[in-house]
Amino acid sequence: MSEKILVIGELQQGVLRKVSYETIAAAKQINENVEILALVLGDGDLQQPAEEMIHYGADRVITVSHANLSNYTSEGYGQVIMEVMEDEKPSSIIMGHTSVGKDVTPKIASRLELGLISDAVAIEKEDDQVVFTRPIYSGKAFEKKVMKDDGLLFATIRPNNISALEPDSSRTGDIIAKEVDVKDLRTIVKEVIRKKTEGVDLMEAKIVIAGGRGVKSAEGFNALYELADLLGGAVGASRGACDADYCDYSLQIGQTGKVVTPDLYIAVGISGAIQHMAGMSNSKVIVAINSDEEANIFKMADYGIVGDLFEVLPLLIKEIKLEGALVS
Amino acid sequence: MNIYVLLKKTFDTEEAISVSGNQIDESGAEFIINPYDEYAVEEAIQQRDKNGGTVTVVTIGDEDSEKQLRTALAMGADDAVLIDTSDDLDEGDQFTTAKILETFFEGKEADLILAGNVAIDEASGQVGPRLAERLNMPFITTIVKLDIEDGTAEIEKDVEGDLEKIEVSLPVLVTCQQGLNEPRYTSLPGIMKAKKKPLEQLELDDLDLDEDDVEAKTATISIFLPPKKQAGRILVGETGEQVKELVSLLSNEAKVI
Repeated sequence: MSEKILVIGELQQGVLRKVSYETIAAAKQINENVEILALVLGDGDLQQPAEEMIHYGADRVITVSHANLSNYTSEGYGQVIMEVMEDEKPSSIIMGHTSVGKDVTPKIASRLELGLISDAVAIEKEDDQVVFTRPIYSGKAFEKKVMKDDGLLFATIRPNNISALEPDSSRTGDIIAKEVDVKDLRTIVKEVIRKKTEGVDLMEAKIVIAGGRGVKSAEGFNALYELADLLGGAVGASRGACDADYCDYSLQIGQTGKVVTPDLYIAVGISGAIQHMAGMSNSKVIVAINSDEEANIFKMADYGIVGDLFEVLPLLIKEIKLEGALVS
Repeated sequence: MNIYVLLKKTFDTEEAISVSGNQIDESGAEFIINPYDEYAVEEAIQQRDKNGGTVTVVTIGDEDSEKQLRTALAMGADDAVLIDTSDDLDEGDQFTTAKILETFFEGKEADLILAGNVAIDEASGQVGPRLAERLNMPFITTIVKLDIEDGTAEIEKDVEGDLEKIEVSLPVLVTCQQGLNEPRYTSLPGIMKAKKKPLEQLELDDLDLDEDDVEAKTATISIFLPPKKQAGRILVGETGEQVKELVSLLSNEAKVI
């Protein structure tokens, strides 16, 4: 059997997450001369996501649809992935470092006594060895990791760090529906409560507008949502803002909370505690808006505006609308 | 109930990180209980108080790890185990840790194992799920609510902001997410009591393990700090002018909007 890399396409409410495409790009960085096999799991018709994986560079797709895969469980997904591994014997497996990826990959690694490199942000080849870079200490430092033997290369990649390939809708490839009897689940998902706001996922967002205590109230966050909508971004928050109940903890960015690496991070009324910086310091461009010119956040910012956020934000929204009008 | 907590000591979140000789410089750093493990300790104590049983806190570390274990005992845990690997292991990875814990848990009949969902230092989040798999126990990560009744756990799991309600029979391993509880502060009487609570010290030998059994599957080849950021630009002028300039910089110079 020829060498191949297995990537996992992850569906969220029937739609592939962006990081799924990024796993294909990551696989190409490991070896661009081998077959890229994608696995898409779910419950229902998986033809469309399978085709999308091919457009983004996968050579072949296996789909597994089963009622017990409608909600993620580590046992259900684990069974399917391990069965596909058994059949296909890939040389590497790449999955997104998402809620699902974080959960199922250590289970598989443990069962098969494999090493696993989690949360990689870059992949490079050094003398034929594949080297993964991953953040440690919440991005205050990085480490380069390798597998110690020549066995299976197993890694998860952080969303938004390895760019997906340009999709090519003329690409074709085999899509094989595989039957797997997903059974003996010990955990039962009884209900899923969607609390996330509609729209862009915070961890996958290219633009994040984050508010801190300076935003002063839950209503104060409305302007941040408006700006985020305008830019196709997501809203985040500092721990201070979450503790003060201006928004849900699911929006918290920092050492505890989410770590984000968008192209643009706009910190609004955030002083920049070291714990918060840990969650966003690796963003590509950082803008700080704060009334306190001594605020720590300005040390990290590429561009800073010292001023009253309640004055700055409406002007910023207006200006971006104007700019948008000029461009289009 | 036999309740166990997996605990790791980590750098205090306030610490700046420096690297010397390809390693994180630990000299003078303050260590704390990994914040997510603190939720695990608190939850274990609350579950014991509701359902009865004992709470045992387990860590793999060195002799200094006793400090964090004593803190957990002062919070209210009943006993503690320190698996000291400093003499036997130079380096390990998540496979190593899970393998040691697997051996430790042989014959223990744990009903509930709690851990943090991630350690804020290496942040792989692997050890909990890896251990559960070796013990053939179901696991639920990033939990924000736990109710146990008649051997069944009703759990709420945070899924990147959404909430899943999950039912599972004990034994189960769970990893804790922020929002699960408010860890208590230690009290002076608690600290005094903790000094007398049992703390068992083990080495690999005591678990019939040798270095080869737990050899890491992965290796770290270098550690480095992110490049220092250039000093940013504080815009000047009327607020309206600053905003105009910012939008222009973001679209023309940084090209991010």
